Amino acid sequence: MVAAPRSKGASAARDLLRQMRKEWTAYLFLSPWFILFSVFTLFSVIFSFYLSFHEWNILEPQKPFVGLQNYIQLLHDSLFLESVGNTLYYTVLSVPLSMVLGLLIALMLNNQIRARGLFRTMYYVPVVTPLVVAAIIWKWVYNGDYGLLNYYLLKLHIIGHPIGWLSDPNLAMPSVVMVSVWKGVGFQMVVFLAGLQAIPQEFYDAAKVDGAGVFNRFRHVTIPLLAPTTFFVAVISVIGSFQVFTEIFIMTNGGPVNRTTTIVYYLYQTAFKEFDMGYASAMAYALFAIVFVFTLLQLRYFRRREVEY
Amino acid sequence: MAVLSRDAVTSSASVARRRSLGSRLRGMGWKLLLYAVLIAGVMIFIAPFAWMITASVQSLEDMFSWPPSWIPVNPTFANYAQFFQQENVARWFLNSAFVAISVTALQLFFNSLAAYTFEKRRFPGREPLFLLMLGTMMIPGQVTLIPAYLILKHVPLFGGNNLLGQGGHGWLDSYWGLIAPASVSAFGIFLLRQYMKSVPNELLDAARIDGAGSFRIYWQVVLPLCMPALAAMGIFTFTYEWDDFFWPLIIISSDNLFTVQLGLATFIVKNRTIWNLVMAGSVVATLPVLIAFLLFQRHLIKGIALTGLR
Repeated sequence: MVAAPRSKGASAARDLLRQMRKEWTAYLFLSPWFILFSVFTLFSVIFSFYLSFHEWNILEPQKPFVGLQNYIQLLHDSLFLESVGNTLYYTVLSVPLSMVLGLLIALMLNNQIRARGLFRTMYYVPVVTPLVVAAIIWKWVYNGDYGLLNYYLLKLHIIGHPIGWLSDPNLAMPSVVMVSVWKGVGFQMVVFLAGLQAIPQEFYDAAKVDGAGVFNRFRHVTIPLLAPTTFFVAVISVIGSFQVFTEIFIMTNGGPVNRTTTIVYYLYQTAFKEFDMGYASAMAYALFAIVFVFTLLQLRYFRRREVEY
Repeated sequence: MAVLSRDAVTSSASVARRRSLGSRLRGMGWKLLLYAVLIAGVMIFIAPFAWMITASVQSLEDMFSWPPSWIPVNPTFANYAQFFQQENVARWFLNSAFVAISVTALQLFFNSLAAYTFEKRRFPGREPLFLLMLGTMMIPGQVTLIPAYLILKHVPLFGGNNLLGQGGHGWLDSYWGLIAPASVSAFGIFLLRQYMKSVPNELLDAARIDGAGSFRIYWQVVLPLCMPALAAMGIFTFTYEWDDFFWPLIIISSDNLFTVQLGLATFIVKNRTIWNLVMAGSVVATLPVLIAFLLFQRHLIKGIALTGLR
């Protein structure tokens, strides 16, 4: 009576093993992915969690367990808090701006116009430009003494004297944002354009029959039917903007007075300049938590506004 | 605005004829405005890029001249020659090309092999493994960054390490470190698997009846049918690797192992003054990905629109 279920379990296990042996090539085919995945994802996620509870400096032989100390320290680290604030500021400026611009350009290109492909390509060129190169070009454009931007703004009498865009504490972050927007709008445009083209013309025709004007058609047809695309773009952009690094590294080095020190920039400094890997891992988990919360918030927001026609 | 002009244009000819002259004129007015805005936008968007090209063929003196000269007075390619004469610069390009091409080739092979196995094979553990892969895709790279660095540092028997991975720098500061961790991608597997759903199973069954083994089915039946997806993914992977800055910045420290992006970034720190060389370097660093984009545009735009690849 006791033996029966056990042998049943044993034969099930034998079956499983036999099946696994029969399909052994499947495991072989998956092995390149699985090996890298276990090392660089599964193990790394756990190891990084472990690190975040230790005082772990590459240069120190002692790596003591410190419990939650790293996380508590984060909450009291004014530079970290400032970096969170800076990152949020960057996100709040760059994501809506690039989404609105991307949508506007997509709307304009979604007409029967000549040279549509050419326009699209031109708007997409910055996306193809390597980020390092983009940052270098803009560093020159922003240059206080002989930069292009100052030249044209002075010429148009918009400003009275040259401005140090990247050295002014209040202007540095918006200036960095402009570079990211310039670099990213083309991508958003292409995704929005695809979303717009997927909206059936009948909806517009029906709305017109019902007497809806341009604005109402945009409001009641385009916006709701574009919502899945908008959600997708918003999520991708927010996740990307929380990880902003290269523009900062090349153009401002986190300055002036830490005004452009973002979370990832601070994390980089902590982990690879000071080699304080435990503390940096806690930062990485904090970043993960923030990104996660923001993604959930967006999901809820868009769920609530979902419509079906 | 956009919607209105679209109406004005897309409606059939007969409707247009029935329209009053006034509304047609208004449509034309909108359209002119549309072109004006689009062209102004393009000019602003392209200006920094165009300036890079102009500056790259100017002498330093001309580059600093006010007003900025958009059309070079004495165009010269000396900047390019001089840039490549700098120590290791040519090597950076070879490094980038080698790393980007290796990663692309490995990813195309490993990703498609895994995608095929997940989509077309039935084996114990298939569902949980795939779910595990999907579930971890959202984790930001920064979370695994530090462990990845430490793991590379302690790869045994490389870079002066002993059997226990102690004593040297392992795969840090090496091609291995640049290539190996990037040689397969969960996102790539996911996308290719989606694409492979369109490959009919009957085709695979027919090949099996003809005596083809599982790998042969993958290689001779499935892969050829996935060429459009593979092509798009290949370009994306190459571009991503060519442009990548963060990872090389972290693991590479020797000048001769720099990638182009890392080299450029350190070059402008070291040589704050020779902007014309920096611009020449920037142009060359952009060319491979720009050319790849222009050649395969149609393909890529479709891929971006469908998947959000960048």
